[in-house]
Amino acid sequence: MTKQHIHGELLLELLSEEIPAGVQTHAIAALTRLLRDKLIAAEIPAASIRGYVTPRRLAIIAEGIPLTQPHRTEERRGPRVGAPASAIEGFLRATGLVSIDECEVRDTGRGEFYFALLERPGAPTGGLLLTLIREAIAELSWPKSMRFPTATFRWVRPLNSVLCLFDDAIVKVPLGGVPVADRTRGHRFLSSSELRVADAVDYLEKLEAAYVVLDQHRRREIIREGLERTAAAAGLIVKLDAGLLDEVTGLVEYPVVLSGAIAAEFTALPPEVLATVMRTQQRYFSCSQPDGTPAPRFLFVADNLAADGGKLIIAGNERVLRARLNDARFFWDEDRRMSLASRVEALSQRVFHARLGSLRDKVGRMERMAEFLVQFVPGADTALSRRAVRLAKADLSTGMVSEFAELQGVMGRYYALHDGEDPAVADAIADHYRPLGPNDAVPVAPVTVIAALADKIDTLVAFFAIGEKPTGSRDPFALRRAALGVIRLILDNRLRLPLRVAFEYGYWRLGPPDANPANELLDFIAERVRVHLRDAFVRHDLIAAVFTHIRKTEGDLFPLLARVDALRRFLELEDGGNLLIAYRRASNIVAIEERKDNRRYGGDVDRGVLHEPEERTLAAMLSKVGERAGTFLAREQFETAMSELARLRRPVDDFFDKVTVNCDDAPLRENRLRLLSHIRETLNRVADFSQIEG
Amino acid sequence: MSFQSLILDLQNFWARQGCVILQPYDLEVGAGTFHPATALRALGPQPWRAAYVQPSRRPTDGRYGENPNRLQHFYQFQVILKPAPADSQALYLASLNAIGINAALHDIRFVEDDWESPTLGAWGLGWEVWLDGMEISQFTYFQQVGGIDCDPVSTELTYGLERLAMLIQRLESVFDLDYNGAPGAALITYGQVFKRAEVEFSAYNFELADTELLAAHFTDAEKECRRLIGRSLALPAYDQCLKASHLFNLLDARGAISVTERAAYILRVRALAKACCETWLAGIGRD
Repeated sequence: MTKQHIHGELLLELLSEEIPAGVQTHAIAALTRLLRDKLIAAEIPAASIRGYVTPRRLAIIAEGIPLTQPHRTEERRGPRVGAPASAIEGFLRATGLVSIDECEVRDTGRGEFYFALLERPGAPTGGLLLTLIREAIAELSWPKSMRFPTATFRWVRPLNSVLCLFDDAIVKVPLGGVPVADRTRGHRFLSSSELRVADAVDYLEKLEAAYVVLDQHRRREIIREGLERTAAAAGLIVKLDAGLLDEVTGLVEYPVVLSGAIAAEFTALPPEVLATVMRTQQRYFSCSQPDGTPAPRFLFVADNLAADGGKLIIAGNERVLRARLNDARFFWDEDRRMSLASRVEALSQRVFHARLGSLRDKVGRMERMAEFLVQFVPGADTALSRRAVRLAKADLSTGMVSEFAELQGVMGRYYALHDGEDPAVADAIADHYRPLGPNDAVPVAPVTVIAALADKIDTLVAFFAIGEKPTGSRDPFALRRAALGVIRLILDNRLRLPLRVAFEYGYWRLGPPDANPANELLDFIAERVRVHLRDAFVRHDLIAAVFTHIRKTEGDLFPLLARVDALRRFLELEDGGNLLIAYRRASNIVAIEERKDNRRYGGDVDRGVLHEPEERTLAAMLSKVGERAGTFLAREQFETAMSELARLRRPVDDFFDKVTVNCDDAPLRENRLRLLSHIRETLNRVADFSQIEG
Repeated sequence: MSFQSLILDLQNFWARQGCVILQPYDLEVGAGTFHPATALRALGPQPWRAAYVQPSRRPTDGRYGENPNRLQHFYQFQVILKPAPADSQALYLASLNAIGINAALHDIRFVEDDWESPTLGAWGLGWEVWLDGMEISQFTYFQQVGGIDCDPVSTELTYGLERLAMLIQRLESVFDLDYNGAPGAALITYGQVFKRAEVEFSAYNFELADTELLAAHFTDAEKECRRLIGRSLALPAYDQCLKASHLFNLLDARGAISVTERAAYILRVRALAKACCETWLAGIGRD
């Protein structure tokens, strides 16, 4: 194999004790960026730079780094010509020049000054790298880091040794007691001797031979391919959980996919329990039969190539899984001895929030909210809805959910069915946490919809009432998610739910009242609607323009969205477009004059003062149109309300053509400004036109 | 390999590494870390190497001897190395070899696990060590104890002895473990030694412990601890702190502590632990 030697090659490897899987990707990206930026800042940029990460090493290979910095001419301004000798001597000392004659004299416009032109020869890269790499290591930040005896800096786990070569020469980065040389080690168990490395190609080859798959992407691919192949060999299909695949990639240097059996006695456990025990506790992959049913086998990834083909490793893992599943089966049997209904009171022992009482209190509030919501969810049975909400959180006090929090709801469903509860109730318990995010399915079963809404609306009302609102990136109680859940439940199920009434209903049942959060919550919902529908290509400016009015409504989202739609169609018409222009013209003039006069122009127009026919027509038209549009709005006839507004276009255009607003007659000017302000108010009654873009 | 020879082999291995081989501390503790040879000796600059078996009591983990994997009383083998040697991991792996675990045939992993003891005000970074999917040890670099920075940092190793023995003997139930390695009728199993204790202590912990009495004992221990700290007697004060900690665990197992009270109890024990650690540190060099 011929090697093309590329000059300016930097090879850096930080060999440490096991780095947590979850931080590896971030760490190598950050280290690569730090080094790249520092090389650029030092004017020795790399032509290419790549980062690799395994559980034990962060490695960087950079190519095409210049061997020295470029030569630079630096210019420094000195004292004024004719300055005292002491100043000139000082300048010569500082610049290293012998005589002031070596300087140029330039007129800067503020007098003549001496300028020194200093030749700065570029420093050799090798020396610069010492500092630069030391700094990069010091600046790399870890979510959690530690002190250890051999170093003065913190690292994620003890750093064992560093390999650092620049064009075959060791860069002796000063790292205290951590050895820096041209050496590394291979796999912890599959390779014993120290590896001496000449350059990047040699490094990659030696690591490969020493059972380390350095490239994280390749390692992931090898695991994925191995999982699929092993499953296929047994006639099964592996569930390729992407998160688990990423995690496992960060747990091994030399992946070996193995497969074990799940004892038949455990196949009666709910499949979710099996999957959770395997995934969360053991990081095993589950498999299914071609017909979709769970298969009695699991796959896992070892980090060793055992001489016995992995027999001991498989037997050990099977034994561990048996022990874990025994535990799970203990909970499964034990939990079913007590009905869910009899667990509700125990929720009073679980704090929901210090200022909002226990989970039992929350469930009580949710029950009353469900009673209120029933009338707005077609097909929902009151008794079933109340039952579902009452039992929704009861599984939190079961052994299984205490052990595996992620099974909340799912276990409630199994236990409810075991107790003989109605299937609609059981399903509602399972799914009332949904939708869990923007891509999670929205419940459609009426009882589930009620339970899901009751939970989320209670959470929103309760936290807003005690002033715990999301700010910036802080949203510790996931209120944005709750609001989005409410919005999606309403929209997908086409519910005509007056949210204001629901919020106030919830607020009055909170107990000793804090501030009534209904208005703030409506604004919060309006904001979330805008964010949510932005993804659905609805113009967010039109949503903002219409939803400004949410406080003036009962909080039913559908009329507001219908208005958004009517507004969109209206603006596409010539009349609408022109009216928007007229609106802007009117409100600009009023704004300018208001600022100039430092007062506001509002209130009724005194028609007696107006004398031009155009302004009289406009005034008459405005009051007529305003009144009629208001009537249509109240009837949710938005198209008609918009056509009503369109009738303003001609009189407004005529007004601007013929009438001068800023005339000398003060009372007349004031009345004309009021008239313009009136245009603004009339249109704003339908939507806040100032928010419309384009 | 019998349960007891596992202990003897670990002791011999760590004795060769210069460890002082200590005996269990004679008070109820929840983990080997609480032994003053670890909790207190991890503080201050003096080098220290020790290893010992420590019975650990976790009242809530009792299962009346019915669960083959859970016990309210079990053994930990504890090693403390201060300062943390650069080859800590290699030493640990060598100790596994010393108890007959051939790394070439197993899958040994260091899986992230940041250790924290809220009652001791202690934390460190490290791993759970997995052997073929089973957690067999805890490996921690101590960063703080009693809220005080550990300088230098120590390595703490905790072996779960029953789990290790089950793995080595390839058994599914802890009660079947060969305890003494004797042939035939002379063989004693772990169950013969401890099963009755599991049943009786589970009944005591979950059903019979007098919670009023326990709560009163807790307050007494707390008071006594404070009084002794006032007299700069770190070790006797620390004993009282350990008692308070165990009484809290018993109250917890009886379900006598609500969620909010729980946090308050933990804070009270932590305050004692912190005061003991400070008193211990202040007394170093005066002995």
